[in-house]
Amino acid sequence: MSYATERETTEGRVFTVTGGDWDELVSAVDPITEGRIVVNMGPQHPSTHGVLRIILELEGETVREARTVVGYLHTGIEKNLEYRNWVQGSTFVTRMDYLAPIFNETAYSLAVEKLLGIEEQITERATTIRVLMMELNRISSHLVWLATTGMELGALSMMLYGFREREYILDIFEMVTGLRMNHAYVRPGGVAQDVPDEAIVKIREFLAMMPKRLKEYEDLLSGQPIWLERTKNVAVLDVTACLAMGVTGPVLRSAGLAWDLRKTMPYCGYETYEFDVPTHSDGDVWGRYLVRLAEIRESMKLVEQALDRLRPGPVMVADRKIAWPAQLAIGVDGMGNSLEHVAKIMGQSMESLIHHFKLVTEGFRVPPGQVYVGIEAPRGELGVHAVSDGGTRPYRVHYREPSFVNLQALPAMAEGGLIADVIAGGASLDPVMGGCDR
Amino acid sequence: MPEDKKPGAANVPVPVTPAGASSTAPAEYPPASPAGRGMFGIQGTGDTSGFGGLVRPRSPIEESPRPYGGYFDEVRDALEEAYPGFNDAIEKVVVDRGELTLHVRAERIAEVCQVMRDDLALRFELCSSVSGVDYLGADARRLHVVYHLTSMTYRRMVRLEVAVSAEDPHVPSVTGVYPTADWQERETYDMFGVVFDGHPALTRILMPDDWEGHPQRKDYPLGGVPVEYKGAEIPPPDKRRSYQ
Repeated sequence: MSYATERETTEGRVFTVTGGDWDELVSAVDPITEGRIVVNMGPQHPSTHGVLRIILELEGETVREARTVVGYLHTGIEKNLEYRNWVQGSTFVTRMDYLAPIFNETAYSLAVEKLLGIEEQITERATTIRVLMMELNRISSHLVWLATTGMELGALSMMLYGFREREYILDIFEMVTGLRMNHAYVRPGGVAQDVPDEAIVKIREFLAMMPKRLKEYEDLLSGQPIWLERTKNVAVLDVTACLAMGVTGPVLRSAGLAWDLRKTMPYCGYETYEFDVPTHSDGDVWGRYLVRLAEIRESMKLVEQALDRLRPGPVMVADRKIAWPAQLAIGVDGMGNSLEHVAKIMGQSMESLIHHFKLVTEGFRVPPGQVYVGIEAPRGELGVHAVSDGGTRPYRVHYREPSFVNLQALPAMAEGGLIADVIAGGASLDPVMGGCDR
Repeated sequence: MPEDKKPGAANVPVPVTPAGASSTAPAEYPPASPAGRGMFGIQGTGDTSGFGGLVRPRSPIEESPRPYGGYFDEVRDALEEAYPGFNDAIEKVVVDRGELTLHVRAERIAEVCQVMRDDLALRFELCSSVSGVDYLGADARRLHVVYHLTSMTYRRMVRLEVAVSAEDPHVPSVTGVYPTADWQERETYDMFGVVFDGHPALTRILMPDDWEGHPQRKDYPLGGVPVEYKGAEIPPPDKRRSYQ
C-alpha cells in the first residue's frame, strides 16, 4: 500500500499524500452534506441593534431555522407607570423606544386625554407643535436607521453622515425641550413649554440644508453595486405575511399596502396636512430603504406646513385642574421652573400654592374606563391601551410596540436565506430593543 | 481509558433541566398578599400627599343601550348575523369614549376572532394588540385579556375582552387566526399568568425563563427578590428596615 502517489509535472515531481482511513473520516464529517450547526447570534452583537439574540440553525451558509429571543432590556416600565401619577408617566414612556421618544409621549398623552375626555380642549398650537416634533423625530429615527443599516451592510461612511444630521435634529430638540433624548415634553393636556424662536430659525435652516444631504445619501447608496446586492430581493415579506405577523409601518408599505395611520385613522389633525404615503412593490430591503428615504421627504413637507401654521397661543389646556405650569424656562440642565409661577404660588396666593401642591404630588383624577390610541410611529403602529380606575395613577398602561410585534417576522424573512441576509433583514425591520422589551 | 469512558455518543453530557424551569405554568406565586402593599414598608395606598384617603366605589361595567352610534351598530349586527353562537358568546356590549368593546366568553374568543377576521362585512384583518389587565378586587374573574382588532378594509377598530379567574386562567389561543398574537400572548402569560391553550410555545418572553410569579398582577410584591452580589445576599426592599 503506497502512502503517496506521484506524478510528473513541469515543475517537477508532485506527491499526493494519502493513506490510512482519512478519506472516509473526512467525508464523514463534511459539514455541508452532514447535519446542521447551531449558531448563537447575540445578544451582544454589533449588528443586532441592541440586545437582540437570534439562534440560527445553519446548513452551510443557509439559514434553516431562526428563533428570536428578546427580553434582555426589559425594564418594567409598564409596571412602574402604575406607581406614579399620570403626568409622571410621560417621563417613563419617553424612555421606551429611545429613537422615537416624542411618539411614545404623544401616544401616551393622547390616551390620557381621551380618558379625560378633553381632546377637544387641546389647543391648536399644542397640537401643531406635537406634529412638528413628531415629524422631526421621524426624520431623526429614519436617519439612524439609514446610518446603522449602512454600517451593517458595509457602507460605513453612511453611518457618519446619518448620525451627523440626526445630531442636528437633536440640537433642535435640546433647544425646544431642554434635552436631546428622554424629553418628557409632550404631556397630558399639551406640551411642557412653548417652542423658542431660535428653534424655529434652526428648523428652517435644517429644512433648507436637508434636501442636498438626502441627495448625497442617494448618490452614496442608491447606485452602489454592493448596496444593491445586499438589499435587492433580500428578506422579502409580502402583504399577506406582513398582515399575518402584524407588521406595520415602512415594512408593510414597502410591500405595497399604503397603510399609514396618519391617513387612514387620522389624529392630531393629520387629515388637514398635505403629504403622500410612499410605497414600493417589492417588499424587500431595497424597497424599505426607498420608502424610508421618501418618508423623510414627506416628513419635511409636514414640518414645513406645521411651521407655517404656528400661531401664538397657549400650549396647555385651560383647565387648571389638569394643566401643569407650561411657561417653563430652559436651564443648562434641562427644563427648569416657571419663575412667574413660582413667584405667584410662593408670594401671592396661598390657594394657588395648595392647588399646585395637590396637582404635583397627587396629580389629577382620571375617570374610570379604558381607551386604545394608535399612532403611526417610525416603525409602525404604536398603540397605547390605558386603563383608569378613577384614581390619580394609571391602573394599567400597555404599549403595543411596533418593534416587538415586527420582530416576530424575522424568522419568516431569514429562513431559507443566507446568514448574511439575516443582518440585512433584521436591520430593515428597524427594531429598537428599548421599545421591544419595555 | 476507564471502562465507562468510551469514545462516542455515550460521553456526550446530557443537558439537565435547569433548576426552576418548567414546561407548564408555574404554581401560583406569590401567595395571596394584600393588594397595594408595596416597597419600603408602605401600607395602604402609598399616597405621599396625604390627600388620598378617599375611597372610590367601583361601578360595574354596564351594557350600553342601542343604538350605539357610528359604525358600532353595523359591527354588532354583522357579527350577530355571521356568528350563530352570538347570544351565547357575547356577554356584554359596551360603548365608552367612542370605542366599542365586546365582552366575550373566554372559551369562545378564538371562534369570535375567526368570524371577525373572515366575514366580509367585518374584515378585521389585523390584530393590533393583545394585553392583560388584572382587576383584583373588582371582578371575581379578575384576569382580563384585551384584544384590539383593526379592520383595514373598513377602517374600524373594535375591542374584544375576556375575563378569567386566577384559579382557572385558561383562554384559547388566537394564534391560529392571528399569528401576530404569538408574542403578545406570551407576554400576557409572562406578566399575568393567563394560559393560552393551543399556543405553539407558551413560554416567558420578557422575564427570565426561571422567573417565578407574574409581575403585573396587582398582588405581586414589589421589590420582592433578594439580590446576590459577590457572595453576599442583599434582601429585597420590603424585607429591609422599615422607614416609618
